[in-house]
Amino acid sequence: MIMLLICGHAALSGAQDISKDEMRSLDEQVQEIKSDVLSISSELSNLEERLLYPSNTQIALFVSIAENETFRLDAVQIKINDELAAHHIYSFKELEALQKGGVQRIYTGNVATGDHQLSVSVIGKLENGEDFTESDNFMFAKGVEPKILGITLAESEFGKSGIQVGDW
Amino acid sequence: MCRVPFSVIGLLLLACLATSPCHSDQLKDLYFGEALYYAHQGYFFEALERLDTEIKQHDELDEPELDSLYYHMDDAEFSLGDFELRYRMHHRAGRAIKAVLEGAVDEIVRNDAAYRLARIHFQKNQMADAMRALERIDGKIPESIRDDIEFLRANIYLAQGRPADSIGVLKRLQDSDSFGGFAAYNLGIAYLEDGQQQAALTQLDKAGQFGTDDPAVLAIRDKSNLVLGTILLEAGEYDKARPFLNRVRLGGPFSNQALLSAGWADVSTENFERAVVPWSILADREVTDRATQEAMLALPYAYGKLNVHGRAAVYYGRALDSFGVEVDKLNASIDSIREGRFLEALIREEIRQDKDWVIRLRSLPETPETYYLMELLATHDFQTGLQNYLDLADLRKKLLSWKASFDSFDDMVDIRHDHYAPLLPEVDTQFREFDSRMRLRIEQHKMLVQRRDHMLTTPRPEFLATREEQAILARIEHIETQLQESESPFAASSMQRIRRLKGVLTWTLETEYHQRLTMFDRNLRGLDEAMAVVQEQYDQYVQARQAAAHSYVGYEKPIRRLRAHVRNSVEKIDRLIARQGHLLEVVAIEELVARRGRLERYGDKARFALADSYDRATQAQAQMDDQ
Repeated sequence: MIMLLICGHAALSGAQDISKDEMRSLDEQVQEIKSDVLSISSELSNLEERLLYPSNTQIALFVSIAENETFRLDAVQIKINDELAAHHIYSFKELEALQKGGVQRIYTGNVATGDHQLSVSVIGKLENGEDFTESDNFMFAKGVEPKILGITLAESEFGKSGIQVGDW
Repeated sequence: MCRVPFSVIGLLLLACLATSPCHSDQLKDLYFGEALYYAHQGYFFEALERLDTEIKQHDELDEPELDSLYYHMDDAEFSLGDFELRYRMHHRAGRAIKAVLEGAVDEIVRNDAAYRLARIHFQKNQMADAMRALERIDGKIPESIRDDIEFLRANIYLAQGRPADSIGVLKRLQDSDSFGGFAAYNLGIAYLEDGQQQAALTQLDKAGQFGTDDPAVLAIRDKSNLVLGTILLEAGEYDKARPFLNRVRLGGPFSNQALLSAGWADVSTENFERAVVPWSILADREVTDRATQEAMLALPYAYGKLNVHGRAAVYYGRALDSFGVEVDKLNASIDSIREGRFLEALIREEIRQDKDWVIRLRSLPETPETYYLMELLATHDFQTGLQNYLDLADLRKKLLSWKASFDSFDDMVDIRHDHYAPLLPEVDTQFREFDSRMRLRIEQHKMLVQRRDHMLTTPRPEFLATREEQAILARIEHIETQLQESESPFAASSMQRIRRLKGVLTWTLETEYHQRLTMFDRNLRGLDEAMAVVQEQYDQYVQARQAAAHSYVGYEKPIRRLRAHVRNSVEKIDRLIARQGHLLEVVAIEELVARRGRLERYGDKARFALADSYDRATQAQAQMDDQ
């Protein structure tokens, strides 16, 4: 009896053994359907991209946090030509994902070919508990190919903006 | 001999092997970074979808080395396998990692892949395959997984019933930073399975004193003490068992069992007074726990042995009431599961936001069944079934939202068609006209360029004559011909004058040739620039024309195909989710029925014991009255 108590629930009844086999068989089928849905999702993304964001007007903006940064990112607001494109408030999980090296696609949209203005505003808290806000403007040129811009955020230093935008 | 169930070791291993998806220090591919962003948040479907698409696109490139993913390919392929594993797609994960293993990769990468493959086989309970994968590891091993490999090897040996082989490996892991506590416990179990009882006791004693503040290692330390105490209890060495049982932390996950066993150790040495202490603590704890329920009967039993029959009767009565309430709760739970409320509660979004969502289920007042299912919920197969049920529910939700978006796509395509279709014929007519003019100008431009290039090697001053000069030259040549045929007496003098005029013109053309050629070249370069601008506008027009057509042409088939896929998948998921849900309900009900049976038996025992205690208490009271 004592060993049964230690081993807890490990000893399954015959009926549960049958359920176990069925669970495993179902598991195989669930894996198959996951694979099917992933391929649907991939095809759908492709279709969506072609339909909603043709390459000659497509613009995608990505946000990342520079390596070893310790500030807490609360929100990012992005305007293209003075029109709001994205406004995102970060959850703890999202912030952690960015700090671990993940990159967030914050906006996908369409702009005409030519020159445009990108305005980025950031709100957060520094490691010492101080609140900070920072904004910066950038110009970019959109050609006929898709435009991909990476916005890298870091704590600003004297004379250097904490917001960097680069072409990818 | 104590055999710790393999599932326990397996779960420990899984907990220890959880690694983060690796990523390069300097990210060069944003889409890979995006996949990591989802993976770090536990959204493995999204991570897989992004990374899968990115890798496929990379593989289709003619010059993949120019693609930004090229720098991350090793990481990306590993991560793909990792994400698949975490999304419980073992088949695909295995294939992805095998592909890395069989490719022409660096020794370190190959060894890492072999380890991951072994891990997958281990999780699928395919021990021989797991060991074969580990045997492929040869040469340089990444430092970060060196201990992981050895810990996995030791656990495979244990699962294969080869404890002697496991012992050697586990001994070497005793000082491991990441596996020290687990290796210490597993070594004790390996000794036990190998029949080395004394070595097992010594090792478990050592594992039971492992210095740490890591909650997982503290739990395994408690478990070592509990197992050690239980072995001694089973061997009849009650006094020796007690100190180890007392080492188990009162707030730890094994404390209920330790309190119960400590009480039994005291009872076995007829030390009923001391047994009352742990059992009193335990009897006031969560009533759904098996150990607590046993303690509720054991405590009055001890009081009975101490001849405190009145108090025993009170506790038996309390136990009886409590068991009655719990049986009612179990009946309600069984009904609730049969009505589908258990599954409804599981798929509630706000519950699953928390990584400890299974634990939080207990706090839901409308799902009393979950109180009794915690042990079941912790078993690997039930967890897999549960996760599959939730994954299916998620997939269904995704598919239904996609299904709804197809109508919007159709509308969008129709609107674009209605807008562009009437405009394009007129635009095309204008374009054809422009196109023929454009081609003519291109030909003219080409000819001028050829002429310039030719003049650079063979000077042709007449080519650079102005329109007026050309007209004069033609007039001179005409007069020259006329004079040659003339018989006039003035012909000779006129011819001389004409030759003089021709000489003046030739002089001008020859002397100004270089200046004129320079000017011609400069003008031609200006024309090159103008032609480039026109060509760019031409290309932009062609692209815009293509974009207009692409915005509504060619979508019908893929949308129709995707609609059919989504419809079929939803039907398939509906069937699977019904089967999976039913199975979970059946297993849960079986568990609840078993718990109810146990409680009913306890209730019967409590009822008889209560009557007996009352009799004895009454007799004792009568005896006291007589005295």
